[in-house]
Amino acid sequence: MQAERKDTVLATEGLGKQVSSPEGMLAILSDVSLAIARGESVAIMGSSGAGKSTLLALLAGLDEPTAGRVQLAGNELTALDEDGRAAVRARHVGFVFQSFHLLPSLTALENVMLPLELAGRADARGAAREVLARVGLSERTGHYPRQLSGGEQQRVAIARAFVTRPDVLFADEPTGNLDATTGERIMDLLFELNAASGTTLVLVTHDRELASRCGRVIRLEAGRITGASP
Amino acid sequence: MRARDPPRSRTHHRGFAVSALRLALRGLLRDLGSGEISVLIVALVVAVASLTAVGFFTSRVGRAVTQQAGEVLAADLRLESPRAIDQGYDREGEARGLRVARVMSMPSVVFFGQESSLVALRAATEGYPLRGKLKVADRPFGPARVAEGIPDRGEAWVDSRLLARLGAPIGSTISVGAGQFVVTRVLDYRPDQGAGFSDLSATLLINMADIPGTELIQPGSRVSRAVLFAGAPREVENFREYLKRTKKDGERLQSVADASPQIRASSDRAGRFLSLASMVSVLLAAIAVATAARRYARRHLDHVALMKCLGASQALVLRQTVLQLVVIATAVALVGTALGYLAQSGLAWLLRDLVRGDLPAPAGDAFWLGLVTAVAILVGFALPPLLQLKRVPPARVLRHDLEPPPLRFAVVSGLALAAVLGLIYWLIRDARLVTYVAVGIAATFLVLALAGWLLVRMLAPLRGSVGVAWRYGLANIARRGRDSVVQIVAFGLGFMVLLLLALVRGDLLREWQASLPEDAPNYFMINIRPDEGDAVRAFFAERGLPPTELVPLVRARLVAINSTPVSDLKFQSERAAGFVEREANLTWARTLRDDNRLVAGRWWSEGDEGGARVSVEREYAELLGLKLGDEVTYDVAGEPVSARVESLREVRWDSFQPNFFMVFSPGVLEGVTGTLITSVHVGPSQRPALVDLVRRFPEVTIIDIDALLKQVRDVMDKASVAVQYAFRFTLAAGLTVLLAAVQATRDERR
Repeated sequence: MQAERKDTVLATEGLGKQVSSPEGMLAILSDVSLAIARGESVAIMGSSGAGKSTLLALLAGLDEPTAGRVQLAGNELTALDEDGRAAVRARHVGFVFQSFHLLPSLTALENVMLPLELAGRADARGAAREVLARVGLSERTGHYPRQLSGGEQQRVAIARAFVTRPDVLFADEPTGNLDATTGERIMDLLFELNAASGTTLVLVTHDRELASRCGRVIRLEAGRITGASP
Repeated sequence: MRARDPPRSRTHHRGFAVSALRLALRGLLRDLGSGEISVLIVALVVAVASLTAVGFFTSRVGRAVTQQAGEVLAADLRLESPRAIDQGYDREGEARGLRVARVMSMPSVVFFGQESSLVALRAATEGYPLRGKLKVADRPFGPARVAEGIPDRGEAWVDSRLLARLGAPIGSTISVGAGQFVVTRVLDYRPDQGAGFSDLSATLLINMADIPGTELIQPGSRVSRAVLFAGAPREVENFREYLKRTKKDGERLQSVADASPQIRASSDRAGRFLSLASMVSVLLAAIAVATAARRYARRHLDHVALMKCLGASQALVLRQTVLQLVVIATAVALVGTALGYLAQSGLAWLLRDLVRGDLPAPAGDAFWLGLVTAVAILVGFALPPLLQLKRVPPARVLRHDLEPPPLRFAVVSGLALAAVLGLIYWLIRDARLVTYVAVGIAATFLVLALAGWLLVRMLAPLRGSVGVAWRYGLANIARRGRDSVVQIVAFGLGFMVLLLLALVRGDLLREWQASLPEDAPNYFMINIRPDEGDAVRAFFAERGLPPTELVPLVRARLVAINSTPVSDLKFQSERAAGFVEREANLTWARTLRDDNRLVAGRWWSEGDEGGARVSVEREYAELLGLKLGDEVTYDVAGEPVSARVESLREVRWDSFQPNFFMVFSPGVLEGVTGTLITSVHVGPSQRPALVDLVRRFPEVTIIDIDALLKQVRDVMDKASVAVQYAFRFTLAAGLTVLLAAVQATRDERR
């Protein structure tokens, strides 16, 4: 396994998640072990219900596994409580979501500032302006999400994800709510920033074309890794 | 694998706290700007404003009523003694910024030519009365006006009855003891003449400086002295405590709380209603805030999940929520209280013609009401749903159906109930009423919840048989079953309390009108000889006065309870001890009067055995510690008369009919020589008949309670105006709050 590699930023060992259902315990994820190196781009693919989102939630420390361990940027997530995991996320993780998840009551600039403010960092405003300029939205900083197009909203979300210079960026179907052309532009931007800042990109998608742009594809079926390429 | 991140430093924590405050404030401002939170704030402001407006106004009217009640004492405090009272009290009172006056009274005889009559000679110092006004007239039974000051030296102001009896005109000179006085005015009304029978004789009022000249004060003379005090409520209360500690044996302290039961009855009822109106405001606000807070929390689930996803700790979310609540509570309390104060000023201004005299300023604690209300309602109703935010799972950013674990029902309802009951208790300080309210709310809550649940259940099968729009609506209700039930309960409770308030208001106003009709008796006649009863009745008929019921009255002294002499008994209150010291008025009756209501035991019926029995007024029984079955023994004209307590009654004192604490069964007191007593309504044009009555039946004493009636009517007027306005105010505020709550849930129900 690649888990032994020296510059591993994200690794799991025997990761599993079970939930109780009316039919008894249900395994959503079983025995997932993987290792992702710094700067790598990885696509997690699979059909609906394969456990992609669950794996993403566990990798990012948003949820707790029922078995196994997760290590993120040197932190053993499974040994931390909710607040501990939040602190790790604040320092090492960025997110881009399918439905953007911008706060409607904040302007584009304020949305990008939010993770910096939560981390208690000085000069949130300056850093946020800089990143917004990099995604081409210098003119839109004062706009509220409802005043922006879908593509613009996702660019704000990408700016928010990169503003903390995260070690790992998790993206959940980032083009799922966008038309093909806009989606392509967004992905160009994402890969460009990824390459420029050396961030590790973990992308959940069922879009083959999108997955093919990643350095590696991990296939998930019924909660198990069924294959990896290349 | 090993955790790599160093522990967070202190500076980092401080930075975090600062950013939490800044984030909280910014979040609040943004929520305000986007209208997210405005319903909650508007509901709270309306609630605080209405509650403080009622609170301020109630406080002012309450103080006015108390001052009016103070008229019965002609002061706020009255220290009485049969012996000379130390001047030290006067000095201490003055040193504390109180106004002080002295009065003195004694039985004496007044002479005018060959005529003479028993009289209650009263003397007062400058400043008397400290509360209320003296009223005088220029001829007997003539129209009265407010008097300035007290009689000058050498002058006397004399009761109409006395002038009628003596046949003395204004300007004539009368003599009392060694003193000579010119009658300059007819004394129509003293505030402290009271409705009791302790001051039976006609009054002659002179200046205290003339007392030595009468040479009436001799060792053994029956003089009653009193020092009067009045001032700001706090100082009066402090001084009352001081007097209670320092007064000597035989000195009796009276305060407004012991004042006339009729006025207390009216103002108590008004006070209860206004408190009820305040309670309704509290409940309505609570309902609106709970609805708005639930909605606010629901709409912030995604927001908080995202914040946590981006690295916010639970503590930060909690701190932010609590900070926002603190800011809201403070701002709402300030704005609401200011609006409440403005509203009540407007109310007082609107009522300036209806309310006689200036209303005093509201009491200080009315100002705390706004803050206490805002905090209590927010903590009781908004905190639980907002606390839930801290527990939102961060994975909600990926799976929208993830919810925070549900709150424990016991925690939510316990906190809410505690907040409401605590607030209500703080408002009205009446544990019994609070208990009733708690039980009432709980019962209504259960009934509404059950009805709501049944309704939601019953609507579901209808979905197949209605049109699309209806089906959509019904599906929505069923889908949001729990929320639907909560809303049914919330609005049901809201409307119920408004309806209840409307009902109580109607009852109260009707009861007031019924209790004191225009033709309520305004004169009591006592000392009617039993053998003259028929003659008095005939006189009434002859002069066109309404037919009257003559009630027997026997004076007696309580000597023992359950064979224990009263001298060996310890009484808890001064009032009880006072009752036992004085002679009691007893009567007997075959039937229970309309204005009396049995609260315990049974009324006697024709021909039942069981010997001498007595029915006792409830409050009097409580004061003396009497229970059903106890035996009381009275000294009636030197003979012991014992009777068993067979029932307890409540008496509507404000009916102004002759009523008694002790009513004996027939066949016990009939043989004793007593007198008859009656009350009658005498119109202004019939007043000359009273002069003739006094001439024809000289031993009959007429007690004019017209002034007291006016006082009671005045209190009732004020109280009913306050009630009407408080009701309308609460109704308007309540409907606003409910509308706000409907608005709050509208987008949820879409």
